[in-house]
Amino acid sequence: MTNSELNRLKDKAFQGFGIFCTLIGLVVLAIFLLNILIDGLGRIDWNFLNNLPSRRAERAGIYTAWIGTLWVLVLSSLIAFPLGISAGIYLEEYGKKNRLASFLEVNISNLAGVPSIIYGLLGLEIFARMMALGGSLLAGSLTLALLVLPIIIVTTRESIKAVPRSIRDASYALGASKWQTTWYQVLPASFGGILTGVILALSRAVGEAAPLIVIGALAYVPFAPSSPMDEFTVLPIQIFNWISRPQAAFATNAAAAIIILLFITFMLNGIAVYLRNKWQKKVKW
Amino acid sequence: MRVQEKIIEGLLWLSAVITILVTVGIIWVLLSESLTFFEEVSIVDFLTDTQWTPLFADKHFGILPLVAGTMLTTAIAIAVALPIGLTIAIYLNTYAPPAFRATIKPMLEILATIPTVVYGFFALTVVTPFLQSFIPNLAGFNSLSAGMVMGIMIIPMISSLSEDAISAVPKSLREGAYGMGATKFQTAFGVLVPAASSGILVSIILAISRAVGETMLVAIAAGQQPRLTANPLVPIETITTYIVQVSLGDVPHGSLEYRTIFAAGLTLFVFTFTLNNISFWIRKKYQEKYD
Repeated sequence: MTNSELNRLKDKAFQGFGIFCTLIGLVVLAIFLLNILIDGLGRIDWNFLNNLPSRRAERAGIYTAWIGTLWVLVLSSLIAFPLGISAGIYLEEYGKKNRLASFLEVNISNLAGVPSIIYGLLGLEIFARMMALGGSLLAGSLTLALLVLPIIIVTTRESIKAVPRSIRDASYALGASKWQTTWYQVLPASFGGILTGVILALSRAVGEAAPLIVIGALAYVPFAPSSPMDEFTVLPIQIFNWISRPQAAFATNAAAAIIILLFITFMLNGIAVYLRNKWQKKVKW
Repeated sequence: MRVQEKIIEGLLWLSAVITILVTVGIIWVLLSESLTFFEEVSIVDFLTDTQWTPLFADKHFGILPLVAGTMLTTAIAIAVALPIGLTIAIYLNTYAPPAFRATIKPMLEILATIPTVVYGFFALTVVTPFLQSFIPNLAGFNSLSAGMVMGIMIIPMISSLSEDAISAVPKSLREGAYGMGATKFQTAFGVLVPAASSGILVSIILAISRAVGETMLVAIAAGQQPRLTANPLVPIETITTYIVQVSLGDVPHGSLEYRTIFAAGLTLFVFTFTLNNISFWIRKKYQEKYD
């Protein structure tokens, strides 16, 4: 075999290995989803969604968990969106070139790399203990809001950056102030991108269990929360709790709850992808 | 009008500055609780003792077993994710037809969006029993299965960041190699990977940082037994799992046991903070290499 034949063989071999590697992740994902569906799909019914937790696996439901998840999503959105979007606007439109801005930038990338459980320790000390919120919905939502803040800031900045200079110049030329330009021109033009980031942040928050366990969210909550000061649990914690039990019936419950959690996660991501594609097609500068 | 503009700018500024307060808050919380902890436990013991038993009668506060557990799961995860992720990046960039690439990339990203409790369930109920069928002495909780599943979870991180780095290599270099008669394989490993090495390194460091801080997956599948070992077949405990374990029990606020989670958290934070900053530094240093 000549040298060039050998090289071509190596090339082909690597191509085969490349296809294999690309598919292996997807095959594992497929096996995994299939496995969960087989285990859990039969368990999902109206009672499973509406029952309170129970020590008996066949009577236990995820009512308190999904209500808790819903509360946490809404509350942390209310806290994180105004903050994150404002911070993104400031960094991109106002304090662009100064030293504070470059420090803020490094700081935000650092925050994005802090493990979620560390945010839990922050929330435990500041929100649960010092502000005396305990393991309440509000403490949990504040913690998750801080956790997703970097995601929202970064995507807000990217979408604002994509708005061309000419739009701003035209607005200034008509006598608009900086804020009028930002509010009436830049924000509407970058709205799709910002919304995508916000939804991605939600899909991150919905799967988090560790920081909420640390601040003191409980695995067993007898009633669904009805105000931000109530104790709560969320779907991932309920799943974790069921996985930790030895009985097989609870593993089935866990699989069923995972289907619900994955459904929510995939739906949020799907909406984000859809919005991104739609916005990219619509806006052509 | 001008006053209103100033007020709005002030509010926007305040939102941006809150992010600094978050960082300060994290460092302050970790340091203040850890300092009280180190008044009772010597820092030398903390760093050198080979046992971690704060919840037992015979208390030892050596962080090494937890660090070893974290390192072990991380090493296994990277051993899985690096070869697969890098091969995917090269394959998608130089071999794959554009249409295939456009469908595969978002599908791989799905792996990164699945909540980590779900991966834990997968490791515990599918991967461990599967591995046990040919490794009979594999324990029910072990770092092997947790690490492998974590590796699959971080594949998209390495593959997409590395692919970005490889795409950023100037076309002229690639075409120069093809012009010399190099195959795609030779171009990839002789030209593209070396040229994109800083970007690839950044992706690996970020993946390590992600693996070190991963919590629910290891809490579910790797066990809760602090053990100074490199054996992937036995139960271990990571730093993150310990924090979860204590949070689930009722350890009274203000006790020494309560402070151990902050000392453990500080150790974790030092690792991820260092890794993240190394990656910024590399990115900054090599960013404008080809401009």
